[in-house]
Amino acid sequence: MSRLQVVSGKGGTGKTTVAAALALALATEGKRTLLVEVEGRQGIAQLFETEALPYEERKIAVAPGGGEVYALAIDAELALLDYLQMFYKLGGAGRALKKLGAIDFATTIAPGVRDVLLTGKACEAVRRKDRAGRFVYDYVIMDAPPTGRITRFLNVNDEVAGLAKIGPIHNQAQAVMRVLKSSETAVHLVTLLEEMPVQETVDGIAELRAARLPVGRIVVNMVRPQVLDAADLELVRTVPRTALARSLSLAGLGGARRGGNAERLVDPLLEQAEEYAERYALEQEQRSVLGELGLPLHELPLLAEGMDLAGLYELATELRKQGMS
Amino acid sequence: MSPDAAQERNASQGRSDDQERADDQGRGHDLGGRGYDTHRRLAPAPVLAVDPLLDDPKTRIVVCCGSGGVGKTTTAAALGLRAAERGRKVVVLTIDPARRLAQSMGIDSLDNVPRRVKGTEGDGELHAMMLDMKRTFDEVVEAHADSDRAAAILANPFYQSLSAGFAGTQEYMAMEKLGQLRARDEWDLIIVDTPPSRSALDFLDAPKRLGSFLDGRLIRLLTAPAKLGGRAGMKFLNVGMSMMTGTLGKLLGGQLLKDVQTFVAAMDTTFGGFRTRADATYKLLQAPGTAFLVVAAPERDALREAAYFVERLAAERMPLAGLVLNRVHGSGADRLSAERALAAAENLEESRIVDQGDGKAGLRNSPDTYGSSDSPDASSSGSSASPSSDPSEPSDSAAEPSVEEVTAGLLRLHAERMRLLSREQRTRDRFTALHPEVAVAEVAALPGDVHDLAGLRDIGDRLADDRRELPEATA
Repeated sequence: MSRLQVVSGKGGTGKTTVAAALALALATEGKRTLLVEVEGRQGIAQLFETEALPYEERKIAVAPGGGEVYALAIDAELALLDYLQMFYKLGGAGRALKKLGAIDFATTIAPGVRDVLLTGKACEAVRRKDRAGRFVYDYVIMDAPPTGRITRFLNVNDEVAGLAKIGPIHNQAQAVMRVLKSSETAVHLVTLLEEMPVQETVDGIAELRAARLPVGRIVVNMVRPQVLDAADLELVRTVPRTALARSLSLAGLGGARRGGNAERLVDPLLEQAEEYAERYALEQEQRSVLGELGLPLHELPLLAEGMDLAGLYELATELRKQGMS
Repeated sequence: MSPDAAQERNASQGRSDDQERADDQGRGHDLGGRGYDTHRRLAPAPVLAVDPLLDDPKTRIVVCCGSGGVGKTTTAAALGLRAAERGRKVVVLTIDPARRLAQSMGIDSLDNVPRRVKGTEGDGELHAMMLDMKRTFDEVVEAHADSDRAAAILANPFYQSLSAGFAGTQEYMAMEKLGQLRARDEWDLIIVDTPPSRSALDFLDAPKRLGSFLDGRLIRLLTAPAKLGGRAGMKFLNVGMSMMTGTLGKLLGGQLLKDVQTFVAAMDTTFGGFRTRADATYKLLQAPGTAFLVVAAPERDALREAAYFVERLAAERMPLAGLVLNRVHGSGADRLSAERALAAAENLEESRIVDQGDGKAGLRNSPDTYGSSDSPDASSSGSSASPSSDPSEPSDSAAEPSVEEVTAGLLRLHAERMRLLSREQRTRDRFTALHPEVAVAEVAALPGDVHDLAGLRDIGDRLADDRRELPEATA
């Protein structure tokens, strides 16, 4: 099992949720995981219902069996100052550089430097050991940028390495790239059973593969329960409306006569069934598209009550059951 | 029916009565606080009238913004088509459309030029283009530097990375392109989609950030050795500067720094242009002819971003027209609550189990028992739908679903829909409580994606249709 688990996905597919559930799942039974955020959106804090995360590793959850989940919101600017201090003892000069706009330049404008700092920090956590020589974190899970930008984000170290041909950024980039392209890393993509996210997943995998980045698994999120199967839908299409009205009436929903309460439910219920049938067919189509990718596929249910902390544990349990951790 | 289910059902019926009362009391009272906790309805948000906005000749620019995955690009395209078919000459600037959406407008070629979309109805015109950020950047350089200088810049490695990869280039170039399209004055309405950014605010911030970098102190310092030499008054900077370039050199590698310096020296003449243009675009966005539409879906994260956006636009004094809420679900049977639908489904399924145990007699009697005793409104109909005269299909073959089973399935489907509706309502109420003044246009959910003009037209109809079908409103 790779120790750096990168979770990406199209916007709106719930990649932060999946990353957090994975961090919980991997922490069960006494393991320690670090969940890192790189886009400054504070999605993790909102999910775990805590205040905004600082640039500091702190424990945010306990997993079943005594495991621990730590979280870190990586801030490129602070990571850079950290880095200057660590390697050059430039803590004071950092402030001067900031004043001149040099820090801003390095973290937002100089192409790729920002991404090297972010991925570099995650890789540092992956490799960090305690005094006894054991890894501090069993797994590091990254809530990464969306599918459309993930390859560029992870591969940008190559770009920087090409642009900065010597020097510490260059070396740093090379070292980070070695981790990212090894079996130590797995990049998972979260999708929905809808056309656009699936298409983006397919494209994203092709890009990752072309860049020789290790593709992990596909997680289909928010899968709606199957309420009616093909045989049911067939019957829905053929059954007389009067029979449905009678059946609804039997169920205690009012009169089956024309204009009765039960009878008036028939049309809207059939309309909803038709929409369901259409969606069901589309979902089957998208499932088979995903199936053709030949990657391990996991499905997480849509939580009826919306996402909350209890739901997160539920999804973590589901991921464990499905062998993702 | 299990005792639990019966209890739950009774409880739920009791609750819904209370709820209705709470509804009545809540209407017209304070909007704050507990609204979404109690399912109490807030005063509905004002309706965003889309057609008057699109028809108004004073509306020259519509900017669609919002977080990723909410249907921003589709909304922009649908608005463009609708405006064109209502007689305006429109251009839609998309940033990164899904392939099939782009194909639906015939703009799958990435040539950075607006193309007329064929197949629109009416007198207006629809043009569409997809942004090529590198090419747009190249054009800016070419427009502002003589050909030798331009060639030097375009060949510079730092420029090449900057134009293709910098985290804000796409945003900056989108705004640059908007400025260009507006300056050409060939269209009377420009609809812009915004890039899927790291944060929804990047397209406002990036131009300023890049502009101030290219025009800023750091650049002056970096270029100082080449340009300023021993000019008086700048000497004192040399010490700081050599420390600066020294540190940056250490950090980035000397060669990259040299690329940056060469780039900056070559770009020198165009710097003023950058800042001026960024400022001009920013002002254009604040101008009266511009309307911002925040696009969201009725989901927690998307609406949280939308609320953030609304606040930010207000702070920047950008004119907000309203919120487009995509993928809103409704139900024609919204008077039947999820709880009652589930209880009814259980009634039917119970009867089925009894049937399998005791034969058909069980089936015929049990639903009636539950139906007439538990449900008050069933009593009137009990006789006409008498189960004993029910020519119900043979229902004990395991493979073929019975009418009862299918009915139970339909009821479960309905329960799922009603849960979805109330979840959507809660998230919407949260937004409305924060921003009661923001007008909202709801777009009913479609089962599939949009692939052609007909699909876009359908979305446009849904956008402009301001009938309010509030899921929990009493019919």
